[in-house]
Amino acid sequence: MNPLRWEKRLNAFVAEREAWFAGLRDAGKTLEGRRRFMKLAAAAAGVAAGSSVLPHSFQLVNVVGASTDSQGAGARQAFSFAYISDSHLYAKTVNERFVNRVQRAIDDVNALVPQPDFVLYGGDIAQLGQKDELMLGAELLRQLKAPVKMMVGEHDWFLDMGDLWKSLWGPPYYSFDHKGVHFVTLMSVNEKDFWTEKKLTPMERMGIVAGLDDGRQSRFEVGDEEREWLARDLAKVPKTTPVVVFSHSPLYKYYRDWNFWTEDAEQVQALLAPFETVTVIHGHTHQVLTNRIGNIHFHGMLSTAWPWPYAPTGLPPLTVQMSRIDPFNEADGLGDGGFSTSAGGRGDKQYNLWNRNPMTVSARYLASNGAVDTPPAPPFKSY
Amino acid sequence: MIRKSMMKLGVTTALGATLAVTSGVFAQQKEMKVVPCDGGEPVTVAGFETGERLSEDKAQKLADTLMEGWLARQDPAVAVAWVRERDAAATNAEPSQAQSMQSTDINPRDLVLWEKEVGREIAYGDKLFHDDKLIGGLEGVSCAMCHPNASNTHPETYPKFQLQLKRSALLRDMINWCIENPVRGPKLAADDPKMRALEAYILAQRKGVPLEYGKH
Repeated sequence: MNPLRWEKRLNAFVAEREAWFAGLRDAGKTLEGRRRFMKLAAAAAGVAAGSSVLPHSFQLVNVVGASTDSQGAGARQAFSFAYISDSHLYAKTVNERFVNRVQRAIDDVNALVPQPDFVLYGGDIAQLGQKDELMLGAELLRQLKAPVKMMVGEHDWFLDMGDLWKSLWGPPYYSFDHKGVHFVTLMSVNEKDFWTEKKLTPMERMGIVAGLDDGRQSRFEVGDEEREWLARDLAKVPKTTPVVVFSHSPLYKYYRDWNFWTEDAEQVQALLAPFETVTVIHGHTHQVLTNRIGNIHFHGMLSTAWPWPYAPTGLPPLTVQMSRIDPFNEADGLGDGGFSTSAGGRGDKQYNLWNRNPMTVSARYLASNGAVDTPPAPPFKSY
Repeated sequence: MIRKSMMKLGVTTALGATLAVTSGVFAQQKEMKVVPCDGGEPVTVAGFETGERLSEDKAQKLADTLMEGWLARQDPAVAVAWVRERDAAATNAEPSQAQSMQSTDINPRDLVLWEKEVGREIAYGDKLFHDDKLIGGLEGVSCAMCHPNASNTHPETYPKFQLQLKRSALLRDMINWCIENPVRGPKLAADDPKMRALEAYILAQRKGVPLEYGKH
């Protein structure tokens, strides 16, 4: 089928699915609503049967909460998005394994039924900020059927300070609204200048930043300018609106030596604190990572390139670790995942660990401070 | 051989031989007279230039001559006992009390020197650990990518049976496994300077962690 026709059909499919969700919400309220919903469901089944779209089941997560949503937030609906992160691509001729793993993640996401509303790319698509690395990443991500929300990582940035990345994907920080949720993508991996005084070349600068345990670099920060922008952006948003923030580095202080850290994390948290419901999804740490500070829930993302050990100190207590990595199992600790949000704006974080059982860290688990819905502990903790 | 000559020189020092340089008639034909500490017959070293450092051979010869003179002046029983002890030490037999006292005599300069030497090895290992090209990696993957600060290398748990290698594995076996697989480089011999340096770096990062061989 030609891509344009496919896209049309896909859009029709998505629209039909959204109607389904809206119908389901109404169904919980009135008899009339339930009747409408049943009609819609029958029609949807017919559409699915008559199209080349694969037979599927609607996998609704937390949608029941929608019917009791008395806030009247009409635009709010349950939805999900997928993520792929930290692929660290070299040129295809240098390392094909890393390319294959991005492909595996793309195939995973493209096979989702129903499709996620969008795909977050969590940063570090390139390993050393090279043109062929970034272009290869762009080429690979074009295969995704769902729209891509792009985030930048330090490996993409410090060769040309983001010039090529920005020309490919636009501004490194931005916000958008989707189904009643306010989304903010931050560029959280700015570093104070450590290169000018030492007269480093761009490649030397890139190499130092690319070394996780290389202490010659500075610490990550959002920075004054961007925080001012964030404050202005959030000023327009009602405090009851759920906010989801994407950042490459964790927006809290976990382990300084590896930049599992954002230097001005407290200041960013202060801007987010007035909102009732805030979720931060971050990359960089290449591991299952869970934290909660006040009303802010934090989730890490898996890498497709290599996993990282848990840092020797600072691990947030709510984190249930992923199993210790088996070095003989080539894709262990790697994967992709998603985030399903209920109409209330809170959501469950999925870790699709490729060679293990998938893990879900639910909003209930975090909201209860770990009292309920605890993910199963791994057989092997890290050393 | 080295051990033997070191011991002899050590004894020479212990005897406290005094050096006396006598000027000859011509500047080119200077000689050195060395007097043993027991005041015995001096030994003359010919062809000695002022400020010259004796070659190892010459010094050894001088020490041997001094020792021979000293032995000749001793009571035969003492001389025989001394020779027996010397030969036993040279063939790695139980060290004499004199020797063990000598080997524990560590001065601050020794400590500085040793720390520097070990530090050099660790620093080289650090470099190798962070640079895939230095260990012949073909795909841009270095050790530190998965193991920042050598984390999760747990050298304290070896030897342990590694099912996938079907044998009891040492740290070096796992280093080689990683070099050949994720890094895609050539395996290192057990005594390869690079292997020694990598082991040194990894072990140095786990200072203070109790040994727990066999831990899984």
